[in-house]
Amino acid sequence: MLSPHPRDPAAMPRLLLSVLAIALLWPGVQLSELDLGVLLAADSQSEMGRFVAAFWPPAHQDEFLQLLAQATLQTLAIATAGMVLALLLAIPAALLASRALSLSAASRGGQPSWLGQAVRWPVRGLLIFLRSVPEIVWALLFVRAVGLGPTAGVLAIAITYAGMLGKVYAEIFESVEQRPMHALLQAGSGRLSAFAYGILPNAAAELTSYTLYRWECAIRASVVMGFVGAGGLGQQLDLSMRMFAGGEVASMLLTFLLLVLLADALSRLLRGRLA
Amino acid sequence: MKRLGNLALLLALGLGIWASFAYLGLQLGSLFSEQSLTQMSRYAVRFLQPDLSSTHLQAIARGTLETLAMSALGTLLAALLGLLLALPAAGRCGGLAEALARLLLNALRAIPELVWAALMVLAAGLGPNAGTLALALHTAGVLGRLFAEALENTPAAPAEAIRLQGGGQLAAFCYGTLPNLWPQLLAYTLYRWENNIRMASVLGFVGAGGLGQMLYVSLSLFQEAQASTVILAMLALVLAVDALSSWSRQRWVRQ
Amino acid sequence: MSLRLSGAHLQHSHSVHALRGVDLTIARGERVAIIGPSGAGKSSLLNLLATALPPSAGQVEVLGRAPWRLSARQRQQLRTQIGLIHQAPPLPARQRVVTAVLAGKLGQWSLLRSLVSLLYPLDIPGARAALARLDLADKLFAQCQQLSGGQLQRVGIARVLYQAPQLLLADEPVSAMDPVLAGHTLSVLCQHAQREGITLVASLHAVELALAHFPRIIGVREGRIAFDCPAAEVDQPRLDALYANQQLLTPTPPSPAPSLQIPRC
Repeated sequence: MLSPHPRDPAAMPRLLLSVLAIALLWPGVQLSELDLGVLLAADSQSEMGRFVAAFWPPAHQDEFLQLLAQATLQTLAIATAGMVLALLLAIPAALLASRALSLSAASRGGQPSWLGQAVRWPVRGLLIFLRSVPEIVWALLFVRAVGLGPTAGVLAIAITYAGMLGKVYAEIFESVEQRPMHALLQAGSGRLSAFAYGILPNAAAELTSYTLYRWECAIRASVVMGFVGAGGLGQQLDLSMRMFAGGEVASMLLTFLLLVLLADALSRLLRGRLA
Repeated sequence: MKRLGNLALLLALGLGIWASFAYLGLQLGSLFSEQSLTQMSRYAVRFLQPDLSSTHLQAIARGTLETLAMSALGTLLAALLGLLLALPAAGRCGGLAEALARLLLNALRAIPELVWAALMVLAAGLGPNAGTLALALHTAGVLGRLFAEALENTPAAPAEAIRLQGGGQLAAFCYGTLPNLWPQLLAYTLYRWENNIRMASVLGFVGAGGLGQMLYVSLSLFQEAQASTVILAMLALVLAVDALSSWSRQRWVRQ
Repeated sequence: MSLRLSGAHLQHSHSVHALRGVDLTIARGERVAIIGPSGAGKSSLLNLLATALPPSAGQVEVLGRAPWRLSARQRQQLRTQIGLIHQAPPLPARQRVVTAVLAGKLGQWSLLRSLVSLLYPLDIPGARAALARLDLADKLFAQCQQLSGGQLQRVGIARVLYQAPQLLLADEPVSAMDPVLAGHTLSVLCQHAQREGITLVASLHAVELALAHFPRIIGVREGRIAFDCPAAEVDQPRLDALYANQQLLTPTPPSPAPSLQIPRC
């Protein structure tokens, strides 16, 4: 029989969690020097206000629009070229890193041998390393290594996105039904053909949709890449902001909004058709 | 017909890719030529000896904590603001409020963190406060949209039942909707936090504090040894947050 | 006078007449069972009485007040005195039973008390007592998703018992329970109504249960009241007429559990 006034078993964990949250939040506020008041303070408002007031009308001189169009095309090109290079790196890496292609797993009930695992781990580690360093840091490094311009942006996207795509591709290969692949392997077919017939048909839709999602992300990333000198819209945006040219900033933000919406729509269309 | 359309689509895709490379005029051949490869590897080698002196490590520890605090607080503020905006955006407060909230969310989302950070540095001055606000504003747009979607997909019956017993709007939301909703909110928030920790470590490039500022400064001064330590710290931070958020996902989201 | 419907029509949006001109008076403290074939309008009638829907035409009076002539605030006030037991209690899957039961008094609690109770249940003994009457006290801290359909129905009943309303409405309250448990649960409800002197109106699927527990029976067919008489006067010809040509409705499939989206990054 329970006691007449049972205690709530969740009370203690909840209390501890709240105390922990406050204990972590307090130094967090200190460290980040959080101060929402600055948004309302008069002097910063006037400075921001002057800048934002210059947003209207957005700049629309012919030469500026030409420059804008070029920068936009460059941004798109950086994202696309970066994605293609990333795919060239990611596909072999994913095939190497995924347990799905393990020959030993096919004959051991899904459990790969330790030797196979030992070979796969360094590849996984490399992928994790590539994706964990933010793309803009890679861009900064490549700007120092190969000079200012879009090449650094393309390389940065290629490197980071190779890591992201490779890791997720490997996970997707492992998440689909493994038995068709194992059956083919046990029937003596080669690994790549077994992969193409046993796994690819099931994984294709998810692979396509993830790749398109990443392409959208790459467009966003390539915009900001310009802030460290890697070409595209960001570089123009950085320049205009330094010169406090509100109208130019406004047109560029609008272009950027358009670009993002366009990429959104295009990737939805492609997803509907291909996946 | 559909097959023909797909073929045309693939052709256009190939054309787009070719055009991208042509437009940029990338010289991949010269990029991977012996000369540029040796130059790049010489540059890379300078990173192989990270500066592990204790003064530098202390500065890095502070920068790491600052970055962590920026990302966590930015995400937290964004989650609160996003939830506030998601309620009207999911059509809970009438049509006009819905349209306005959606417009605001899209505007917040469309401007990237780095641009927000540059704007916030103007408003709030150099330092981590600008970075936190920038992260909060952009992420509020992203989370608000996701939250609104989740809100629309949550069954309405439990909250309606509480309204029928005379409960208030807020009580009905907290008791009827939130229990079904919050695991999804948490999943989205954790996902954005993982993103924001990467972002927080680079917002310093425009002067918004954290590890990014240290990296930018040391690379500008050609101190590759110091920069290399900063990159290692970023790496450790990202991996730690990934592990933490995947643990909390296991614990609270998938039960 | 506890309940009065006069000439009440109810028309759903897709132009189906759920109720056509219902006249009904139920006095305070009465216990009434509503029976009839599926789709006859039993649930619509209860929803009308619970003030969930306004009538398309006609008058509704609940606990001596006309709910649709009150202001929204006064109507919420009135609703705190009405308890509706749902056939499939709409309880969030991850809510704990104790919170689900305490939600019964949300209309009477201040906002602060409601919010604090969400974090730490403020009236554990009360929730436990309500559950104990339905032999569910051991599930006090379980999550709703861990319970069976019949147990969930009993949690829904416990919530309304905890709410302690003046008017108890029940829509097929025992449909997911086995006959013995169903009889026991109904007698708990009836005893509660009798002891507190409150009005109980329940729609029931099983005629035997209705006849065994309720003094007054209302037969509903095609949106109209077919008969309204003491239980003793309900005979086989009346029942045969009530359930004549009943189509076997396929049960609606249960809605799938909401799936979580976990973004990959």
